[in-house]
Amino acid sequence: MVTGVSRDAGARCARRLADDPSIGTVLGVDVVPPRAELGRVRFVRADIRNPVIAKVIAAEGVDTVVHTGVVATPGSAGGRSSMKEINVIGTMQLLAACQKAPGVAKLVVKSSTTVYGAGPRDPAMFTEEMAPRAIHQTGLSKDAVEVEGYVRGFARRRPDVCVTTLRMANWIGPKTDSPITRYFGMPVVPTVFGYDARLQFLHEDDGIDAIRHATANELPGTFNLAGDGVLVLSQAIRRLGRPVVRLPSFTASSTAAVVRRARLADFSPDQITFLTYGRAVDTTRMRTVFGFEPEYTTAAAFDDFRASLTPGLTGRATGLLSLGLGALRG
Amino acid sequence: MADADIIPIGSGGRPGRGNRRTTPSAAARALAGPAAKPPKKPKKKPTVADEPVTELPVTELPAENFAEPAAGEVRGEQESDTSDARTTDRPADVGGFDFVGLERAVRELFGAEGERRVAEWLAFLRRRLSGGYEVDEFGYDSDLTDQVLLPLLRPLAEKWFRVEVRGVENIPDTGSALIVANHSGTMPLDGLITQLIVADHTGRPLRTLAADLVFRTPFVGELARKGGATLAGNDDAERLLRQGNLVGVWPEGFKGLGKPFAERYKLQRFGRGGFVSAAMRTGVPIVPCSIVGAEEIYPLVGNLASLARLVGVPYIPVTPFFPLLGPLGMVPLPSKWLIEFGEPIRTDDFPDGAADDPMLVFNVTDQVRETIQQTLYTLLVQRRSVFF
Repeated sequence: MVTGVSRDAGARCARRLADDPSIGTVLGVDVVPPRAELGRVRFVRADIRNPVIAKVIAAEGVDTVVHTGVVATPGSAGGRSSMKEINVIGTMQLLAACQKAPGVAKLVVKSSTTVYGAGPRDPAMFTEEMAPRAIHQTGLSKDAVEVEGYVRGFARRRPDVCVTTLRMANWIGPKTDSPITRYFGMPVVPTVFGYDARLQFLHEDDGIDAIRHATANELPGTFNLAGDGVLVLSQAIRRLGRPVVRLPSFTASSTAAVVRRARLADFSPDQITFLTYGRAVDTTRMRTVFGFEPEYTTAAAFDDFRASLTPGLTGRATGLLSLGLGALRG
Repeated sequence: MADADIIPIGSGGRPGRGNRRTTPSAAARALAGPAAKPPKKPKKKPTVADEPVTELPVTELPAENFAEPAAGEVRGEQESDTSDARTTDRPADVGGFDFVGLERAVRELFGAEGERRVAEWLAFLRRRLSGGYEVDEFGYDSDLTDQVLLPLLRPLAEKWFRVEVRGVENIPDTGSALIVANHSGTMPLDGLITQLIVADHTGRPLRTLAADLVFRTPFVGELARKGGATLAGNDDAERLLRQGNLVGVWPEGFKGLGKPFAERYKLQRFGRGGFVSAAMRTGVPIVPCSIVGAEEIYPLVGNLASLARLVGVPYIPVTPFFPLLGPLGMVPLPSKWLIEFGEPIRTDDFPDGAADDPMLVFNVTDQVRETIQQTLYTLLVQRRSVFF
């Protein structure tokens, strides 16, 4: 059973799982019907915030639950309070239902590296054991921490269930529609003056592959998932060839509000701190324990995403410069 | 009727029934042959205006119509393949500039050697503009550091402070080492100069460990990360050492940096000895480094403590010149610097778990501290005067 299939990531995960011959039936669950084609996936309209979900699990004899229903954007969920309800209450109900269902043998939770927060006291790379250093957490970051707390509680209460938590870096790719892809899609990209965040990305195909990998194998534990290498925010924007406005940090929240009102991108305060200080995670355990090798590095994933955008203004200046260089070298 | 727009029908005079403004239909192109080129672009505006227009028709047409690809199609493909197409060689006239003339002009102005330098500089500029450089996981930007940051520091070290270096052979050529030095001078210039000295004498970058205040401060934090600094903490230190880097640490921290001028060259407490446990866990040698001269660049005679608390910094210095002369007071005094690297202290022959033995860690910390202190006294005796 896959939750959150009305959104793109969930739908693609469900489709990918349905294509796997070793997996029998794939059940997609969400409140609203999915916009995307689901293929062999059977869609069940149910709300994970409602105890009815327990009946669905029992009636269908679900043995594996893949929870991708954590919403990152308050806009798409209809506001911050609604987003929090879907994320936190939804996870609570889902886990409560799983706990009562003896047939459930595996739980895969799509979490995010936002659980580590972002701040000036952060180590260069977070490993799975590290706790967040930044105190003020809001939005998705706070939700993700709470969701993981409930998942840990569930793992304690049902030690027979194989629980895999995947802390994924920001998904990026031509098909992903997230605050981060919207942000890079803006014609002029605002950044925080005087800071340059380190970013890591995970290509959308790798993200889906990782969820399939976790579903098909017995890999209990928490794992960081990210593409190799790091891009600095200014470097990423330069690769896009887009002009930058560097705004002082005290204007960041008002800028975010303007951007949100213009429906260009949806920023929450934790994304602003992320774009200020950045965050990188250690993916050693992804290779050694989880046994997963992402196909794209951070830079390659970003390049793939860039190819789907129209090149920006400064990219053309660079083009001219490289021509001049070619001429000088003969 | 006089102001009626003329709406062109067809492809603007070229044969065929193409209904698009710039590209005729596939049938029309087959008729016209390969000579059907898109209209010449205006000067100085390469590939901007007509790019989306040329791309669109190409994607619309079914593939089997391209028996004979027209110029427009080739261009469209090049443009959609963004950066690669830009960086690979294209005919020199595409940009609209006369690049052959540019080459000749540069050669006449700067000579053959100068031309190479201009080309290198242009290549650097292109890398910076297009983002085609590599940054490691700590945010260290070797390209920027080697090309801009260190060259900016070099005159300061060589001409202003006239740094004299001893014992460079104590820094290992390969493998990691932890360079531990005394901190002084109100502003962490000694860290920057040491980084330059190590880079120039060993050809290896020195990765420094800095306080979190650095990363909280705008610009400073950004430049520090790009210059190879990371947060002073066991996680980052051990990670850097495991990767085989030269790591520089100033364990006195702000206590050493902001001590009054009267206490110059008296080492402060060496923190909690975290650097020793990091070195022990990774088994890398500790190279003590004594820096003489940095104490005199900004003689700290006072501290605006309450203002500092208000701003949230450890101290706001008062030097004989600083608030008095304004920005001019921020020019460091040209003291003569001596930097000596001492003999490495091995940490790999301690038993397992030694890093968790506080007594042992404190002993090694004291040993390092004593070595640096003694070397400082020796160097001070050797120095003839503060400024020469």
